[in-house]
Amino acid sequence: MIKASIVIVGAGISGLSIAYNLALSGMKDIHVIDKSHFTNGSTGRCGAGVRQQWGTKLNCILAKKSIDFFGRANKELNYDKDIEFKQAGYLLLATNTDEDIQFQKNVELQNSLGIPSKKLTVEEALKIVPHLNPNSFISATFCQTDGHVNPFLMSEAYYLAARKLGVNFHFYEEVKEIIVESSLIKKVVSDKNEYITDKVVNAAGGFAKEVGDMVGIKIPVFSEKHEILVTERTMPIQGPMVMSFSKNIYCQQVPHGSFLMGRSNPNALESHDISSSWEFLDEMAKTVTEILPKVAKLRVIRTWGGSYNLSPDRQPIISDTDELKGFYMACGFSGHGFMFAPITGELLTEIILDKQLDDYAADLHLNRFKNNTKTSFEHSVV
Amino acid sequence: MNKKDIIICRCEDISLEEVHQCLEAGYTTVEDIKRILRVGMGPCQGQTCSHLIQAEIAKFLKLKKEDVSFQKTRPLVTGVVIEDIAKQAIDGDDND
Repeated sequence: MIKASIVIVGAGISGLSIAYNLALSGMKDIHVIDKSHFTNGSTGRCGAGVRQQWGTKLNCILAKKSIDFFGRANKELNYDKDIEFKQAGYLLLATNTDEDIQFQKNVELQNSLGIPSKKLTVEEALKIVPHLNPNSFISATFCQTDGHVNPFLMSEAYYLAARKLGVNFHFYEEVKEIIVESSLIKKVVSDKNEYITDKVVNAAGGFAKEVGDMVGIKIPVFSEKHEILVTERTMPIQGPMVMSFSKNIYCQQVPHGSFLMGRSNPNALESHDISSSWEFLDEMAKTVTEILPKVAKLRVIRTWGGSYNLSPDRQPIISDTDELKGFYMACGFSGHGFMFAPITGELLTEIILDKQLDDYAADLHLNRFKNNTKTSFEHSVV
Repeated sequence: MNKKDIIICRCEDISLEEVHQCLEAGYTTVEDIKRILRVGMGPCQGQTCSHLIQAEIAKFLKLKKEDVSFQKTRPLVTGVVIEDIAKQAIDGDDND
């Protein structure tokens, strides 16, 4: 039996950021439980991109605040390695008139929030990524301050900093039950321990809905498989992440030299399946051969899958609940939990400590779905 | 021989010393060490290093090698040029 002031379910990037921020605020006896190895879930499977070019105000604000943190992360977390924050930008391709018009609106929104994105012609885009097929798009947007962070090393930076502040980690341990009596959390039961606590954070990524179910809180999220491939490493030839929503591709060269690329499957079903498929490989190969023919000369050496935890409006849920005091969640990131992790940890810490939140953060609450409040929908997703 | 000069993962150029530092830091599974050092992520996909790392973990934890879990094996078996896959995929579609 362990006495805990709070139990965080999930040691992915969200759980790590929350643990670090809580510990920084002075909280003691924080316990983080994860069912498998370091970064086993969506964090270690993600595309390693960080961007601010979004279509909703909420996502833009979350992204900008997180990018600001990545810039100071090595120093602030006192990390003796490097999180590999590379700001070579994101280049988003518009391939039809509707997308071109939407991108113009997106840039106006982003600029109004201090995000330095801009609209580019095909010729201007080719100056940034010369090997783009000029016939595959009609215009583009670019934001220089977007880019790449290494998910493993960013996680390690948070992990080591949290441990230094006294946070306790339990890997290879699975939460099985959360005991609630008279509408109060009493205990978290895992396959190895019991934790006496009155506070639980659901940072379970692809399994956030199941953790909600443990306490009878319905969270309107579901998991869907997304796949990625990685190539052999090569000379630096592509600075920015190249992305197209309509062509269904994102593709970047990471500092290590290999290319990472992914796409979504329009026919994906709600599932925890994360296996690799040959269909993905076929479709990904066709798309990259069309848009980035030079990159298609490289060899693919590995593919893998991971879960997007999708919310109804493709924006995160960072929230407490009306029904159960002491139950908190950071989930439904819809494929973008890694890049939003810094602000996620800061906001959920403020919620847990009952501090006054900035106005924009009210829209992150679970109640936005319950009350059927009209929320904006994020379309800028692959 | 100096541990710095013994290369465990040739694809990613990782030495025995780095593997030992990783073990000392508390990363004691093949999956953990892979994520911190990139061992097994290169073109050979761990065909050389994973067994060596498994043996180092076994020594460090005083376990039998067979009791140390191996890393997950992922496709592809060998590197394949992307445009060749695309060509096959398109030709295959035509034959349907």
